[in-house]
Amino acid sequence: MPSACGSGPLSDAATIDTAVVATPAARTPLRKRDQRAMTAYGLVAPAFTLMLLMLLGPLASVIALSFTDYQLGAPALSWIGLANYQEMFADRVFWISLRNTLTYVVIVVPGAVTLGLAIALLIESGTSLRGLYRTIYFLPVMATLIAMAVVWEFMLHPQFGLVNGLLRGAGLPAFSWLQDRNTALYALCAIGIWQAVGFNMVLFLAGLVSIPKQLYEAAEIDGAASAWARFRLVTWPMLGPVTTFVIVISGIRSFQVFDTVHILTKGGPSKSSEVLIHTMYTEGFEFFRSGYGAALTVVFLVFVLLLTLIKARLADRGVQTA
Amino acid sequence: MKNLRAIPLWPAVRHLLLITGAVVLLAPFIWMVSTASKPPEEVFSSELHLIPHHFALWDNLKVAFAKANLWRFLLNGVIVTVSIFVLQVLIALPAAYALAKLRFLGRDTLFALVLFGILIPPQATAIPVFLLLHKLGLLDSYAALVLPFTISVFGIFLMRQFFKSVPDDLVDAARMDGISEFGIVWRVMLPAAIPAVTAFGIFSVVAHWNDYFWPLIVLNSEQLRTPPLAVAHFRNNEAGTNYGPLMAAAMVIIAPLLIAFLLAQRRFIEGITLTGIK
Repeated sequence: MPSACGSGPLSDAATIDTAVVATPAARTPLRKRDQRAMTAYGLVAPAFTLMLLMLLGPLASVIALSFTDYQLGAPALSWIGLANYQEMFADRVFWISLRNTLTYVVIVVPGAVTLGLAIALLIESGTSLRGLYRTIYFLPVMATLIAMAVVWEFMLHPQFGLVNGLLRGAGLPAFSWLQDRNTALYALCAIGIWQAVGFNMVLFLAGLVSIPKQLYEAAEIDGAASAWARFRLVTWPMLGPVTTFVIVISGIRSFQVFDTVHILTKGGPSKSSEVLIHTMYTEGFEFFRSGYGAALTVVFLVFVLLLTLIKARLADRGVQTA
Repeated sequence: MKNLRAIPLWPAVRHLLLITGAVVLLAPFIWMVSTASKPPEEVFSSELHLIPHHFALWDNLKVAFAKANLWRFLLNGVIVTVSIFVLQVLIALPAAYALAKLRFLGRDTLFALVLFGILIPPQATAIPVFLLLHKLGLLDSYAALVLPFTISVFGIFLMRQFFKSVPDDLVDAARMDGISEFGIVWRVMLPAAIPAVTAFGIFSVVAHWNDYFWPLIVLNSEQLRTPPLAVAHFRNNEAGTNYGPLMAAAMVIIAPLLIAFLLAQRRFIEGITLTGIK
C-alpha cells in the first residue's frame, strides 16, 4: 500500500478506497483533488446505500404498496389501483380513527404548549431553584412511556386508583377512565400532555433566555408598567417563532401517538380511542394486510408531511430553538 | 418578567405554583414507588395511603425478577441501544465529513436527500422495512432491532453542520501530516466533535431504549425482548392481579435512564431537545 494514503490503524479502510488512485502522480494538486473526490464517494457510500435500503426505498415502496393487494406471505400481488383507498374511505373505522387522531392532536397540542409556556414563564420569573424545577418537569420526558403508561393505568384504576380515590375523597363522581368509551380518549390525551409538557418547557426556556433584557427596559420606559403589558409587548412577540415551532413539533408528535393506545386500550372500548397509527399497526402487522396498511400509512404521511413542511419553512426563516 | 418580582410575595407565589405543578407531574412516579412498596392487601384497598404500613419493596422486586428475566431484558436494551449508536456513528461520521469538507459531484443532491430523509417519520417506512427483513429472514433477531436504525440521516445532518464549523486549516494540517481522509474523520473531526456526538448519543440511546413500536413489530422470542416490551408483557400476563411487582418492574425499567439523567441533566436536556430540530 502506498504510504500517501496515511498511517495508523484507522485509515485501513480508506486505504482500500484510495489505493486505486494513490499513485505518485497523484501528488499534483489537480490529481489530489480527484483522489479526494473518489475518497468522498467511498466515505458516503455506506450511508447512502443504507439510506436507499432503509429509508428512501421503503418510502417509495409504501406508496407503491398502497396500490396493491399484497398480504404478507401471499405468493403474488396485483395492482388494484385505488381499491385500498376506496375501501378505506368507505370504512367507518377509518373515519373514527382519523377523527380520534385529530381530537387527540387538537387537545394535546394546546394543552402541552400552553402548560409548557406557563411553566417556563414561572421558572424564569424568579431566580431560585430554576435548575431543580427544570429537572422535575423534564422527568416525564425521560421516563420510558410504556412503563409510565402502566403506572397511569393503575392510577386510573376504577376501584383502587389514585385518581378516583381523590375524586371520591372530594365527594365527586368516579369514572372507569380507560374502560369507558366516553372518557378513554381523554384519559390518553391527559397522559400525552403529561409527557410532552417538559419537552415544550425546555424549548420555551431556551427561547426566553434569548430575549434581550434591554427590550424589557425599553418597554418599561415606554410605560409598560404591568407584568401583563410586558408579556404582551415583549415576551409574546419575541417568543412568536419559538411558539409556532413548538406547536408544529407537538402536532407531529401527537399524530404519531401509539404506545399508550396500544398498551392501555387497544383502540377501545368500541373504537373510541382508535388512532391512525394503531389502525395501521393492526391492519399491517396483525392482519398482515400490507397493501391496506400502506394506504393508511400514506394518509398518515400526508398529515405529518404537511406539518413538517410548515416547520421546514419556519426553520428556513432562521427560527432557532434548542 | 422583572416587575413580577416587584409584587410582594411573588417569590412565594411562584414557588407555590411550581410546587403544585411538580406534585401533579411527579404523582405517577410517587404512586409507582408507593405501590411497588406495598403488599397486595394494601394495594387492593380503597383507602388511599402513600406510605405503606408494611414495607414490601424488596418482596415485590423479588417477585418481579422471578416472574420475568429482567436482567436479560435490561441487557438486551443495552446491547440494542449501544449497537445502534456505534453503527450510527461509524456510518454517519464519514458521510458527514465528506458532505462538510470535501468537494465532489452530487454532493448537494446527496445533502438534499439527507434533508428530505429527516422529514420521514419512522412509522411511515415500517411496513416495507418489515417485509424486507422478512425476505432476508432477519425477523425476530437483534439484527431486526438494530439494522433499520443504523442509518441516521438526522445524525449525518447534525454532524455535517458541526463539521462545517471546524476550521479548514485543521484538516489541511492533518493532510500535511499524511493522514488519510478516512483517518481525518476519526483522528481530527471526531475529537473536535465530541460534544455534538455526546448530544446525539443521548438522543439516540434514549429514543431507542424507550422505543416500543419497532420491537413490538419485529420480535417474537422472549429472550430478545427490550425493556419496554418486557413491561408490556409483564402487564399483560399479570393484568389486574399483581400491581406491586408490576410497579417494581416499571421502576427497574425506567431507572437506568432516570439515574443517568439526574447525573448529567444539562447534557440530557441538550440531547433530547435535538428532536426539536429534527
